[in-house]
Amino acid sequence: MALTMLAPVFKVEREESRCIKCGVCVQQCANEVHHLDNGWMWTNDEECVACQRCVSLCPAQALAIKEYPLSFRVNSHWTPATIREIYAQADSGGVLLAGMGNPRSYKSYFDHLLLNASQVTNPSIDPLREPMELNTSLGNKTGSSELSEKPLISLRLPIMFSAMSFGSVSLNVHKSLSRAAYAMGTLWNTGEGGLHPDLFSYKDNAVVQVASGRFGVHPAYLENSAVIEIKIGQGAKPGIGGHLPGAKVSEEVARTRMIPAWSDAISPAPHHDIYSIEDLAQLIETLKVATGYKKPIAVKVAAVHNISAIASGVVRAGADILAIDGFRGATGAAPMRIRDHVGIPIEIALAQVDSRLRDEGIRQQVSLVAAGGIRNSADVVKAIALGADAVYIATAALIALGCHLCQMCFTGKCNWGIATTRPDLSRRLNPEVGAKRAQNLLQAWEHEIKEIMGAMGINAIDSLRGNRLMLRGIGLGPEELKILGVKAAGEEG
Amino acid sequence: MKITAIPDYCLGCGLCRIYCAAAHDGFQGNVLRAFKHGSPLPRINLINWQGLTYFNVCRHCQDAPCINACISGAMQRDENGRVYVDNSRCVSCYTCILVCPFGHPQVSRERPGILKCDLCRESNREPACLKHCPNEAIIWDEESGPTGSAKNKVHGE
Repeated sequence: MALTMLAPVFKVEREESRCIKCGVCVQQCANEVHHLDNGWMWTNDEECVACQRCVSLCPAQALAIKEYPLSFRVNSHWTPATIREIYAQADSGGVLLAGMGNPRSYKSYFDHLLLNASQVTNPSIDPLREPMELNTSLGNKTGSSELSEKPLISLRLPIMFSAMSFGSVSLNVHKSLSRAAYAMGTLWNTGEGGLHPDLFSYKDNAVVQVASGRFGVHPAYLENSAVIEIKIGQGAKPGIGGHLPGAKVSEEVARTRMIPAWSDAISPAPHHDIYSIEDLAQLIETLKVATGYKKPIAVKVAAVHNISAIASGVVRAGADILAIDGFRGATGAAPMRIRDHVGIPIEIALAQVDSRLRDEGIRQQVSLVAAGGIRNSADVVKAIALGADAVYIATAALIALGCHLCQMCFTGKCNWGIATTRPDLSRRLNPEVGAKRAQNLLQAWEHEIKEIMGAMGINAIDSLRGNRLMLRGIGLGPEELKILGVKAAGEEG
Repeated sequence: MKITAIPDYCLGCGLCRIYCAAAHDGFQGNVLRAFKHGSPLPRINLINWQGLTYFNVCRHCQDAPCINACISGAMQRDENGRVYVDNSRCVSCYTCILVCPFGHPQVSRERPGILKCDLCRESNREPACLKHCPNEAIIWDEESGPTGSAKNKVHGE
């Protein structure tokens, strides 16, 4: 092959005075960056993805991963990443793949919203001494709760784990998240890859997805769930289907998905039976009938330009829960241009949808779930104040399990045992450890949310929901403030 | 009283061996000092074979063949049930190596002496391997626990 012109992106620096040549880095790197030949350590920097596995495990702290020293003349239009992408496409002639969420430096509206607190005129509340209610109900709230056809799901806190399919992530990720969700009284989501029989016992905490590929959808799947979610779109790749490479479709993944092993699992871009709101209404009704009207039906859509009209249609089609995934939402694999350039921020979509549904008088018929780039408990509080009933977290949950955001999920060589189905790699995530860490994260956020609410003088999350007076915009223009429905910092009211 | 590794979650990374070596021979857990300035010797044998791992460590048997067979009284049991070797009394006859049904004791570079797991009794802390396993795959044996006594699996009890 001719010269590839691709220079390494990262450089592995090994401090020889510290390296003890134990070989842990060699054994742990699935990308085969580290080599130990007769006492000589050398690295193949080209393969390094900066997942930090070797750095974290090195017992001598001898390793550091650095950006490869400047290799192109400084140019703020043709950045090194842009040049590398062109080289890669000139080599392969293919679509660039990417993993995780949109990493570009678009404005984060969460970072331009500030929260309120009580001073003198109304008392703040100490969450350690007074009760603080985070209980959240999801579903259609227009009926009486005794009527079974409008079932409600109760969560201990307004944070759920978002959809990640078995196949895109290892079974140990599902085991970790399901156990954590059970321990914390919240929900986890199977994604579109079916529910492994080992996890049927976590059915009361499971959201099962029905996506365009219909992988692993069968009566027991629908029955063993708390909520059924129809996945229309995903924030990382709105309008795009899914593609799980055959190399990740192990025997077990194949059984769970009900497809042949080692074959590519392709979810079509649209549901082939949904071409209108009326078609969606039919599928919602079908799923309700199939499960005896016992479970709320959720519909997940990506945040796109006319999201409020779409949301209105989805609610009118009978969805009990509407999950909106913003453009920061992550994925195991998406075309890079789609991930980086399609969709709108969740903050904007959420505010728009909440306002539209209120204006139309149908807000009570649905619970809104915000997803896509929720990084911490302050983001959760801001999302709820903008109108969400609850939020979905996935990237944050994976980070809790060890993900270092190297964004190479699509290779199936995840050194942290997360986005892989290779047995030697997936065993690196002990579900005992994973469940504990995911649970710790939720517990920590629960404490923080209570603190923030207490400072505001609010003792129930219901009083915060859609309460945009608790928010003030900073560094936002009049149009943005109008869309978000918040006042500027300094405005009274 | 014994430790074991859950094969499903053992990575085969070998950190247990490194921290084991640094925990003994007076290195007090300092990996750099142990490996840069000493000749540390791990007490654990870890076998990596075709993606499978076998963590071979002392069972601290209740009726320990090594103690029974030791000709010089070097192999002993302490008040907590830990089987350890007093190398000052060892004569390097290697009978313990011969009789151990698990192949745990190893020939030491230093003679006289053998290498075997003593559950870090010198430091009186949590065993170094268990403490440093990155995946918490090394655990106290469920049946015995950190304070219980191991059942004698050797003689089929």
